Amino acid sequence: MPDTLYFEDFETDQKFDLDSLVVSKEDIIEFASEFDPQPFHLDEEAGKTSLLGGLAASGWHTGGLVMRLLAQGLLNRSTCQGSPGVSRLKWMHPVFPNDTLFAEAVVLEKRELRSKPGLGLVTVRVNAHNQNGNQVLLWENAILFRKRENG
Amino acid sequence: MMAKFFEEMEIGEITELGSHSFTAEDIIAFAQKYDPQPFHLSEEAAAKTHFGRLCASGWHTASAFMKLFVATSIRQREEALQIGKTPARFGPSPGFENLKWIKPVFAGDTLSYQWVTTSTTESRSRPEWGLVHFDVLARNQDDILAFSFKGTVFVERRKALAAPTSSI
Repeated sequence: MPDTLYFEDFETDQKFDLDSLVVSKEDIIEFASEFDPQPFHLDEEAGKTSLLGGLAASGWHTGGLVMRLLAQGLLNRSTCQGSPGVSRLKWMHPVFPNDTLFAEAVVLEKRELRSKPGLGLVTVRVNAHNQNGNQVLLWENAILFRKRENG
Repeated sequence: MMAKFFEEMEIGEITELGSHSFTAEDIIAFAQKYDPQPFHLSEEAAAKTHFGRLCASGWHTASAFMKLFVATSIRQREEALQIGKTPARFGPSPGFENLKWIKPVFAGDTLSYQWVTTSTTESRSRPEWGLVHFDVLARNQDDILAFSFKGTVFVERRKALAAPTSSI
């Protein structure tokens, strides 16, 4: 595999194992305090009486943490030029303090762009699991990459 | 909208959530933690990409929605309490669809976020809660749509859904 991945280097069903990270209680509370200060993201007792069953990370925090793994494990060794969006995201299981998140990205499809001849679009499914094998999140999004040849 | 119970949600109701300004400092701080790609980390690196300028992580744009949503919901809960109404609780969200980063959010941009209630569905598995579906739309200071998604959230019911009877 080349050092820098271009559009041409991606293939359907290709899988990228991303790194893992541990989510601390302090991280959960810090993110929630700034962006999602609901009681079940800030306080153990409030978490226990909520649908989440315990103090749990904001879903946007989990998304950001998995994004970090995707950036560090794949996009920062590629010609990534951003993304037009996320076609779907599912928060499947709460993320609790001291959970370890393991992530992977699988290529679903790729296509050329008539409007932008120097770029191509690669759609990936990103999966994240915790240390018990529970899937905590999945998303599907299209990502822009530069081409080696300009169309 | 935000203090209402599941049964009282009005389809088509629009709630203005307020605005959020994205400073270069905030964009870089967020990206260092959650999205460390060159175009979110420095003006110099961003100039070499098709964005051309430092722009916010799309997850930052989305997280700013959540910040405004929670602030609005706290305000509306307090208003409900002041007039002697019981505000409904929000639960978690199972996910979203069709999230679009339509325009880059550059350093210095301000986005105004809007919520539109689009539909409701009952939850058989959680009879005390229902699912509310909504659109979020965010426009920049030039009134151009920059960000949108279709979300879903659990909202408390005023009256729990009756348990299904054994005969039919």
